[in-house]
Amino acid sequence: MNLVNELPAHFGITEFSEDASGVTWFTNGNLDLRELAKFMGQAGVRFVTITANELPRGEGFCLEYIWDLDGRLFGFKFHPADRTMPSIFDICEAADWIEREIHEEYALDFTGREYEPLLLRAGDQPGVNLQEVAK
Amino acid sequence: MSYKLPMGPYHPGLEEPYKLEMICEGETVCDAKLHIGFNFRGIEHLAETRNYIQVIALMERVCGICSFIHTLTLCQAMEKLTGLEPPPRAQYIRVIMAELERLHSHVLWAGIAAKLMGFKTMFMACFAYREKIMDMLQAISGNRVNYSMNRIGGVNRDITDPDTLLSMVDRLESEIAREIVPVFTTSVTARSRCAGIGVLTREKALSCGVVGPTARASGVTLDLRRAAPYAAYAELDFDVPVETAGDVRARLLVRAYEILQSCSILRQAIAKLPPGEFARSETKIAFQTGTAISRVEAPRGEVFYSVSWKENSRTPSRVHVRTPTYVNMPAVRWMVQGARVADAPLIQASIDPCYSCTDR
Repeated sequence: MNLVNELPAHFGITEFSEDASGVTWFTNGNLDLRELAKFMGQAGVRFVTITANELPRGEGFCLEYIWDLDGRLFGFKFHPADRTMPSIFDICEAADWIEREIHEEYALDFTGREYEPLLLRAGDQPGVNLQEVAK
Repeated sequence: MSYKLPMGPYHPGLEEPYKLEMICEGETVCDAKLHIGFNFRGIEHLAETRNYIQVIALMERVCGICSFIHTLTLCQAMEKLTGLEPPPRAQYIRVIMAELERLHSHVLWAGIAAKLMGFKTMFMACFAYREKIMDMLQAISGNRVNYSMNRIGGVNRDITDPDTLLSMVDRLESEIAREIVPVFTTSVTARSRCAGIGVLTREKALSCGVVGPTARASGVTLDLRRAAPYAAYAELDFDVPVETAGDVRARLLVRAYEILQSCSILRQAIAKLPPGEFARSETKIAFQTGTAISRVEAPRGEVFYSVSWKENSRTPSRVHVRTPTYVNMPAVRWMVQGARVADAPLIQASIDPCYSCTDR
């Protein structure tokens, strides 16, 4: 399967580029994350991880969703509004732990799923900024 | 009537702290939940306070077994951000170190698996061979666990006596091939203890996104050394062992065959070791603003690093580490369903879990 051809055709994506790491990044516009996760699952593309980035000056967060097909990485950036993103756990079970971890570390809410504690112990609060604590 | 049976976080069947909470009926496991985070260290966030020299030493501590792999993955990402490509000799030295680390990890795991199978003599034999591999790692790096070998643009130490190293590899391979590999590939004891238990189907392996020998034992052919070659792997000839049964024995076989493949890769890499410098000579390192992603095939599977840096910044703005056990461990839930309680320790050990990596 050639995702570089299939994805733009399926989702109407007009822009994509490959960075120095060999990751093909798709500029997603109004791309529906859950539709994307369904498409990737049906195409047998392996989910790798989500990288959460807290943007400077209180500009919110950027979530980078990464998939792998035959050794080639495909990345999609999302900017969650109001600290919420739709969960893809019910479509892609490999996203379970990383969604729970991001929820606990950054207090982002993945809607449509229930949480069980992953890293936090009883009495801990989600969203403690460990970067600030470490400083 | 069903009952809950907790295994861990402190349990003789586990090597490190995590918790497998099993829901059982009689002696059969119906379902299980996994709990991690008992030793969570916040290393990703700590990395954001370290400069490019300190962060290498820090990430070397993510894992006590794959310490070289973690610094290799990190340095590869930082090399993309600085444009400092390592010289060919450094790429071969990285392959040699990575394969010695794979040998070390697989032999250590074989010992633990043997112990859990009730074959304690083999446990002792495996750990004796592990010592020999650690001697080789020490001969190259001066260290037994955290090797301090990687730097941006190369490695910190050369291999000065490849002939001796080659003879050590030859001797080790013949000993392991004679004493360890046959026990796991052909012995009736290992077969009867491991065949048919802890099955992870190919469909479930793909759905869970498992990696490394756990995936390859379920028929998923992913190996980054072949699919997305790094260092000098593209110039070396090797097979990727794949099994389709998805049970504990298949995971045992994949690792046993990988031990032999690692020895073959080591022989090739030592023989082809190119002359020249082993690190770039630049003293000033300048980062470009951006994010670099790097992946390496660790003994347990894919290690993923995403490193973000801003120009003129002393420290990274983000270091995200996705370790292989982090994606392999949730699959244990499906492996233990329908298994006997007594098999649970061996089944969970069959993914070669590393809680140190998981609780990074």
